[in-house]
This record gives sequence, C-alpha cells and structure tokens, in this order.
Amino acid sequence: MRIIVCIKQVPGASQVEIDEKTGTMKRDGVESKLNPYDLYALESAMRFKEQYGATVAVITMGPPQCEEAVREAFMMGADEGYILSDRRFGGADVLATSYTLSQGVRRIGDFDLVICGKQTTDGDTAQVGAELAEFLGIPHVTNVCRIHSADTGKVTVDMDMPAHIETSEVQFPCLLTVEKGIYEPRLPSYKLKIATADRAVNWIKLDDLPDRDANHYGLNGSPTQVKRIFPPENHQEHVMLEGRGAELGDRLFEVLDERKFLQKL
Amino acid sequence: MAEIIIHQEKITDLDAVLNLCPFRAIEVNDGKVSLNAACRMCRICIKKGPPGAFEFVESRDPGVDKTKWRGIAVVAEATAGKLHPVSFELLGKARELADKTAQPVYAVVLGHRLDTAVEELLDYGPDRVFVYDRPELEHFRIEPYTAALEDFIRTYQPSVLLVGGTTVGRSLAPRTAARFRTGLTADCTVLDIQPDTDLDQIRPAYGGNIMAHINTPRHRPQFATVRYKIFSIPEKGRRPGAEVVRRSVDPAKLVSGINVLEVKPKPPVKMLEDAEIIVAAGRGIKKSEDLAMLQELADLLGGQLATSRALVECGWAPAARQIGLSGRTVKPKLIITCGISGAIQFAAGMNNSEFIVAINSDPEAAIFKIAHVGICGDLYEVVPRLIERIRENQK
Repeated sequence: MRIIVCIKQVPGASQVEIDEKTGTMKRDGVESKLNPYDLYALESAMRFKEQYGATVAVITMGPPQCEEAVREAFMMGADEGYILSDRRFGGADVLATSYTLSQGVRRIGDFDLVICGKQTTDGDTAQVGAELAEFLGIPHVTNVCRIHSADTGKVTVDMDMPAHIETSEVQFPCLLTVEKGIYEPRLPSYKLKIATADRAVNWIKLDDLPDRDANHYGLNGSPTQVKRIFPPENHQEHVMLEGRGAELGDRLFEVLDERKFLQKL
Repeated sequence: MAEIIIHQEKITDLDAVLNLCPFRAIEVNDGKVSLNAACRMCRICIKKGPPGAFEFVESRDPGVDKTKWRGIAVVAEATAGKLHPVSFELLGKARELADKTAQPVYAVVLGHRLDTAVEELLDYGPDRVFVYDRPELEHFRIEPYTAALEDFIRTYQPSVLLVGGTTVGRSLAPRTAARFRTGLTADCTVLDIQPDTDLDQIRPAYGGNIMAHINTPRHRPQFATVRYKIFSIPEKGRRPGAEVVRRSVDPAKLVSGINVLEVKPKPPVKMLEDAEIIVAAGRGIKKSEDLAMLQELADLLGGQLATSRALVECGWAPAARQIGLSGRTVKPKLIITCGISGAIQFAAGMNNSEFIVAINSDPEAAIFKIAHVGICGDLYEVVPRLIERIRENQK
C-alpha cells in the first residue's frame, strides 16, 4: 500500500494584520509551521503504515523554506518527501494549487490513497482536497472522522455529516480528507530526526511535471483574481456602558430588559 | 501571461525593497532583485515599492464569451429529501444579483424523492427549478452528484453557481469547479455583481484579519460558496410562470467508487446556528469550571453557550460550540461575548448578529469596535450580578 499525504507550511501566527494607515501587511510574527490540520492526515497515514505496512510519501508546494515542513513529517515517520517549488507556481488560487499538486502526484507515480487535512489555517477554504481528487480522476470522501479498516482495494470510513454519520466503502485509489481529532497526532521523534537528517528531499520544478505548459500554473492558471485587500469595516454605532464592577451588571440588565430579551420562559 | 516584471535600474535601496514583501518573496542575488516561489501576487511591491520598479503585466487572454453564460443558479441541498435552509438564503441573494443584471434565477436540486423540496424551492421565487431525482442520488456520493451538476452546467450554461458552505457543498462545489477548470471562492461574506456579470466576491483572507475582494474575470461559470446564516431568508413569493424541469442523466455516469453501507443518525443536538440568543466565552475565562456560570446565563436567557477558538483548543469545549472562521457562523438576535478579544477570526463568525454585547476588561479589545453595547469590566463581577438580577426578575 502506498499513501501520499498533502501538507503545507503556514504562517505560525494565526492572523496577518493589516496596517490601516499604509494598507500593508504587518510582518510581525510571520514564523512558519506545519499546518496543524495536516498532523491528523499524517497520523492517519502512520496508522496505515503500522497496520498494513504502507509506505508514506508527503508532498507540498511552496518556497524552498517549506522543506522544514517535510522534515517534520519525516520525524513523524513519513518515508519520502516531494516539494513542488518554482516561481511560476506563485500566486496560485485553489484551482492552480490543486492542479499543481495533481501533477506532482502523477510525477510520484502509483498510489492507493491520498490523505489531506481538513483545511489549512492560512487559506481556510477546505477545497483543495476535492479539486485534487477531480484532477486525479478518483473518488473522494471529505470530513472523515473514523477509518474502520482497509483491505485489498478498498477502505471503510465514516463521514461526519451534520445530522448523521455515513459509513462507506471506498475503492482504491481514492482521496480522503480527515477531520481534526480523528486520532491524537504523535509528536515528532528525536530518534527519527537523527535518522532522517541526511535523507534527500525530491525537488520538483515546473519542467519536471508531465504538463509543462506554464499557463496552467501559478497566477496564469488561476481563474480567480484578488482585486484588492482591505481591513474589515467596523459597522454601526456603539455605546460603552458607564459604571464600575458589579454596577455594570445592573446596567446590562437594564439594556437587556429594555430590548425585551428577558421574557419569562 | 500575467506576471510581475522587475526593472532593476529603478531600484536604489536594496534593503528597503527586501522588506516590501509580507511573504518574503523578494530576494537579492548578486545585486539583482528577483521574486521567489513565495510570491502570492498580492502586488504590494508594485504599490509600495520604488515607482516603476515592479510592473504587473496583465494577461491578454480575453477568456470566455460572457454573453453565452446567463443565469444565477443556486445548488440546493436536499439530504433525505429535506432542504437545507441555506438554499433559501441563497435564492434571496440570487434574485438580488439577477435583477441587477437582468438574468434568470435557477435552483438545481439533487437527491431522491424530491417533490416536497421542489415545492418549497418554488416558494422562494426561482424562475426555473431543475430536478435531478434519482435513486443513485439518495446518499451523497461525489461522482454521481458531480455528474448531475455537470449535466446542468453544460446544458444551461449559468453564469454564477451559489452553493451552501455545508459539508456537501464544500465537497461538491470544488469538485465541479475543477471539472470546468473555473474559479471558486469559498466562504464569501459579501456578494455583488458587475454589469458584465462578473461576480464580486468578498471573503476574509490570510487567517481573517484582511478582507479580499475576488473576481473570476475570464472563466465561466463562477462558483461561490456561502455559509449558512450569512444572508437572510427572503420573503416567500412564487414567480409567475415558474417552471419545473426534470432532468435525466445517463445511468453510466452515475456509477461511484463509493458504496454507502450505513447511515446512522447522530443524536439530535442543538445547533449553534439555530440559537436566537448566544452567550460566548473566550480566553477571559480563568478555568473550565467557570463555564458553568456562563451556561447558567445562557439557560436563563433561553439561549446557548458558545466559545472562541482558544477554549476549543485547550479542550474546554467541543468544536461544535466554536464560533469563527474555522468554526460556526451565527446570526442570533442577541450575543453576549464574555472575555473575548474579538479577533477577526472570531468576528467573521458572528458580526452579522442583530445585537452584540461585549464584556471585556481590556478597553482596547477589538470586540468593542463591533459591539453595539460594550462593557469594559471584569466578567466575574458583571455576569454574577446580571444572573442575580435576571433571577429576581423571573420570580
């Protein structure tokens, strides 16, 4: 069994702030880390590795420094790492990102299963997994909250729907996006850090991909365009209640009463 | 080809140029400035850099003929034949967009045994309802659902598809958008439309402290997902002459690699989205036991307790209680936030609430900018008194 896990390096701080005066982004605290949701995808892959002897490859797209994210995956037990890095991949939206990843996966070769995290903390769109599955022409199941078993040719999973749990058998090859909390992710191992320190990472440039048409990647391959970015508006007038300590509780009671929020139940 | 071209001769201060880019995509090698793969094409270097040093060269590809793509379509979700209310909200927005550009409003509904759902959709005023009612569509499986939606798009060529940001919508919209190699903007919070039918899509970006205005200028259809409770449910009203079109799809296209073995209903839970009154707790709560006090306040008001991301991350509350960009979007009649600073991440999930009360000890907290009523004070003093007063009042 061969598994490919998609990972991404994201800014360490959960927010990038914008300077309202200059309109530029504040750069403080732009340290990077492995997208926290990817830890659950990696942990799920490691369970397959331990139970069924799967090999696990990780793939990511980004600038050269995202090698750190791949190294962290090695420390959790991933066997191989692939990095799609090329200036021509820059400015990619969901479609171009998914397409680039699909080309990277094709370049890696045969696989049974692709596992993605639920979403990233910087894009927050949760759409790349489904688009990647489409480009690979394989079935996908999102919101996987439990993996029951896998045997030759298929895997049985629970999909978390708002009002019910759907248990399905999915044929290989397929793509799963896993929920946060599906398993407790293991910590990176120091032993593996030492053991994988010299392991080579595979760098993939645009010219290494099956489709070498630059119009399909990066900004050129992105149907959506960001017209402008701006700080959020603060709506409406607001009132600060006057008073100190518990007195403020009295004032709030009066406001809620006046607005008829305190009807007897 | 659209790209950023660098005119080296216009750059004098290399260090200043290096600091322009918030993504650190600008590099200097052997005295030459270049952009690396971290570039997100935000174009800040063009705006803030030395005049003329960074130039954006537009693509000359004019793209599709937009006049051939007409109609604002809402993809209605009908699990077990029952419509998700986000579909009605989207029909209201679709009508608004359609009226500005003289386009028809379509509803597309996929599933099995949909007669009730079709009648309900007609009540919210689409010009046409397209029905894909097949046993293969009884459970949500991605390939048959995508095949049905693909049939609709190829046959009727809508300009815009609005999809609810639900579990099904967040799987179906991207899959279908990729099939048409077109743009998809997730979790839009504002939608508007240009005379040439370009959809103006606004959503929180880069973790949420920035809003991004996004267009899909050269591709059709344009996909946008919108979460439940972002827009309002419109007044009911049927369109005179509204038409129901029943479509069939080649059964060979409805096959799937997914075999649904069992569908187990989850024990009914009160959905946060349905609450009319919410008490929300944040980092200002000192220990998990103190949540009981806020739960009591919520109970007294006949509301529900919610939390910010911080409390979910430290395990004090389940994820289903979380408000924010990575949690739930709520629009209650009243929300009282207690000890929440109000980062945009959180605010994006609740700033459409009808009446916002914020209690926080930090006078600078961002939450006060979006609150209708702000209380700068200690929640451990304010809340107990409030509870006491409400109790007395109820006697």
